[in-house]
Amino acid sequence: MAFVVIQFLNGLASAADLFLVSAGLSIIFGVTRIVNFAHGSFYMLGAYLAFTLVEGVFGPAFGFWPGIVAAAIAVAVLGGLLEVTLLRRIYQAPELFQLLATFGVVLIVQDLVLLVWGPEDRIGPRAPGLEGAVSLLGHQFPRYDLFLIALGPIVLGALFLLFRRTRWGILVRAATQDREMAAALGVNERWLFTSVFVLGAFLAGLGGAVQLPREAVHHTMDLEIIVEAFVVVVIGGLGSVTGAFLASIILAELNAFGIVIFPEVTLVLVFLVMAVVLVIRPTGLLGRPEFAIRAASGVAEPPITPQSEAARNWVFAGVLGLAVLPVVADAYVLSVATEIMIFVLFAISLQFLMGISGMVSFGHAASFGLGAYGAALMIKHAGAPMELAFLAGIGLAALGALVIGWFCVRLSGVYLAMLTLAFAQIAWSVAFQWYGVTGGDNGILGVWPAAWAASPIVFFYLTLAVTTLALVILRRIIFAPFGFGLRACRDSVLRAEAIGIDRRQVQWFGFAVAGAFAGVAGTLYAFLKGSVFPDVLAVPVSVDGLVMVLLGGIQRLNGPIVGALVYKLLQIVLASYTDYWRLVIGVIIIGLVVAFPQGIVGFFGTRLDTLLMQRRNNS
Amino acid sequence: MRLEVHKLCAFCGRAQILFDVSLKLERGEVVALLGRNGAGKSTTLKSIVGLVEQRSGRVVLDGRDITYAPTAQIARAGLGYVPEDRRIFTELTVAENLLVGRQPPRSGAPAWTEKSLFHLFPNLAELSDRPAGEISGGEQQMLTIARTLMGNPAALMLDEPSEGLAPLIVEQLGKAILTLKQQGLSILLSEQNLHLARAIGDRVSIIEKGRIRFEGTMAEFGSDQTISRTFLAV
Ligand SMILES: Nc1ncnc2c1ncn2[C@@H]1O[C@H](COP(=O)(O)OP(=O)(O)O)[C@@H](O)[C@H]1O
Ligand SMILES: [Mg+2]
Repeated sequence: MAFVVIQFLNGLASAADLFLVSAGLSIIFGVTRIVNFAHGSFYMLGAYLAFTLVEGVFGPAFGFWPGIVAAAIAVAVLGGLLEVTLLRRIYQAPELFQLLATFGVVLIVQDLVLLVWGPEDRIGPRAPGLEGAVSLLGHQFPRYDLFLIALGPIVLGALFLLFRRTRWGILVRAATQDREMAAALGVNERWLFTSVFVLGAFLAGLGGAVQLPREAVHHTMDLEIIVEAFVVVVIGGLGSVTGAFLASIILAELNAFGIVIFPEVTLVLVFLVMAVVLVIRPTGLLGRPEFAIRAASGVAEPPITPQSEAARNWVFAGVLGLAVLPVVADAYVLSVATEIMIFVLFAISLQFLMGISGMVSFGHAASFGLGAYGAALMIKHAGAPMELAFLAGIGLAALGALVIGWFCVRLSGVYLAMLTLAFAQIAWSVAFQWYGVTGGDNGILGVWPAAWAASPIVFFYLTLAVTTLALVILRRIIFAPFGFGLRACRDSVLRAEAIGIDRRQVQWFGFAVAGAFAGVAGTLYAFLKGSVFPDVLAVPVSVDGLVMVLLGGIQRLNGPIVGALVYKLLQIVLASYTDYWRLVIGVIIIGLVVAFPQGIVGFFGTRLDTLLMQRRNNS
Repeated sequence: MRLEVHKLCAFCGRAQILFDVSLKLERGEVVALLGRNGAGKSTTLKSIVGLVEQRSGRVVLDGRDITYAPTAQIARAGLGYVPEDRRIFTELTVAENLLVGRQPPRSGAPAWTEKSLFHLFPNLAELSDRPAGEISGGEQQMLTIARTLMGNPAALMLDEPSEGLAPLIVEQLGKAILTLKQQGLSILLSEQNLHLARAIGDRVSIIEKGRIRFEGTMAEFGSDQTISRTFLAV
């Protein structure tokens, strides 16, 4: 019994920082409708700055408590600056582009942290006055954890007072419910948005800072916490601080007890709880009616059309050009070209999911990675030939997509997107932790193509053939009745259902199709690299896909091709010049979002359309 | 306060909703904007306060061009907007809803307080601490007007305030709007309810399919039966 109580307290203590981060994320989202990926970066910066200020790394030491508070305030100021300099420019852009911009910030901060603090873990000091442990029910319990346990409810109470008793708080609640109406009443959105961002960043910075005595500060804590915070926000309900509080406790307790009782299935438990909550209450425990993610701005998008003669010729010329590439290129160039084609395929599958089926995924890496692992596991454990392993990869990806999709089609908008991210993260954790089967972070080696496909040239042609075939098949699907059904559901669920389309069914299959094709890409990737690591399932792969699709223009048939080509090429070239390619890419992403809110192909495509139209009118 | 709308066009995607809508609202005057369902009344009002993104034309408030001013600034300039679907903050209490609308008093416009508004809309007084989502439709309509009045506007745009309300409540509402008129507010009233419009309107503009089809005094409108038969009868 005593053990249970202690474990429960442990859970409460680790819920504190999760709550702080999730509350900030939720508040920011509520008012600005921005899914702030950079929120994890605020958390990480809070931790690093606290470490720096407390220890006096670059200057005078502040001492522990002043250092913690100063770090949180510094992060708040950074958050405010970010809002004023970047986000303010892009509130009019489609939500997904805003998301992309915040991910650009994530990349930049990641490299800045490495530049400033280096890759080593940093261990913070104990908190003065709260060192050591107290004796509780015969167990030793860290004093500092008692402080953390108190911190959660204190912050919750403070936020409660802030939102109920101050005019600012009431304005925030009003704007969370109806931003336009608040503006029509003269509420100054700019000021409100900035201040909300400052508060959210402060909470995240504080969350990171108070972790200092508990956990080493390291440079991957940003994505770790943001994914957990997404899960919390999905379970608790977007925009609800109390929901975030409850959900962070639930999550932390599941972890606390899961680890001691059945460590292997802790993740599955978390996932089951989330699934149950979402199926029963699609908007989370305390969420309000769902928030839609608009793929485009309020402007109606031109419907996707079968491509023009010119565009088809371009694609055709591209395939032909690739077909003669091996004549002039060396093995390195061929492998780069092969990799780019694989990501073109990946991007096409994601565009099918987002642009055609209207389901935004933050976790498309799940399908890509399952494809890769499916093939690799088949080879490692069954010694299967490449052809069979290839099919196994596609099968596993499709199966995974069926499972994930079953839950996802019950949601929409942001909730759906966050759920996909959570599933991808679960898949990643399984691959990472299940040493016996997946080899954990040692990965699976020796995933080589069959002898006939082993030469770079043959594998290049194989990839070209598969990618082209996949492209043709997906296009067929888009303009087949099934594709029309998907687009009908995307555009209006009500109308689609009124004409007898079973929305969930159609979207579920759409999800599976997209997953299967991403799996094809993943399988090819495994054979190209000869190995598989958990990285193929990780957040950056999902985000790469998003960047490619959005750069290309989500409603452009050839958008993902251009997007993948440009982005992957950029990544490969940059990585060969500098270790800090994330920084450069981050800056480029942000620059592109600010400059071309419709995507590259969208931007030039619209110009081209206008030009063509003028020419036709003249003649 | 004077409001002038000049050749306003509004679009929703590729569809044009308003075609060169021009309106004039003189100081202290009530103009009724009449039209069938879907004629473009709400779009007109929304475009004026900047809630329709794609628009062209000119909107001038007391000599100041506010066409592309941010919505909040338009409100702060003294143009109050009461939306048709009420858009109450249901999660806030009645008193909190009023607080959201509060702006500093402005010269040349009546200054409202929570107390004086409870005098104008007596029903709201007892509801002050109730969540606004739980009060009746009529009470919500009162609240949405009161909330806008908290900003001490000099001109007011009301979008179909009588929609869906019982006749008795409509009568109460009419009285309240008359009071506002007597205090010197300029009012642009979008309505389908001819009775209410006749009771308080000075001039009439009729909109049909996004175009203004008639402009004149209430007397001119009343004397020519064909007008209302052509543009308003269903
Ligand atoms: N968001 C929209 N998308 C497409 N059409 C719209 C939209 N909003 C309004 N409309 C169209 O504009 C016309 C005018 O609508 P509205 O201004 O609401 O009319 P009213 O207020 O006079 O009833 C209607 O025909 C309506 O169908
Ligand atoms: Mg209307």
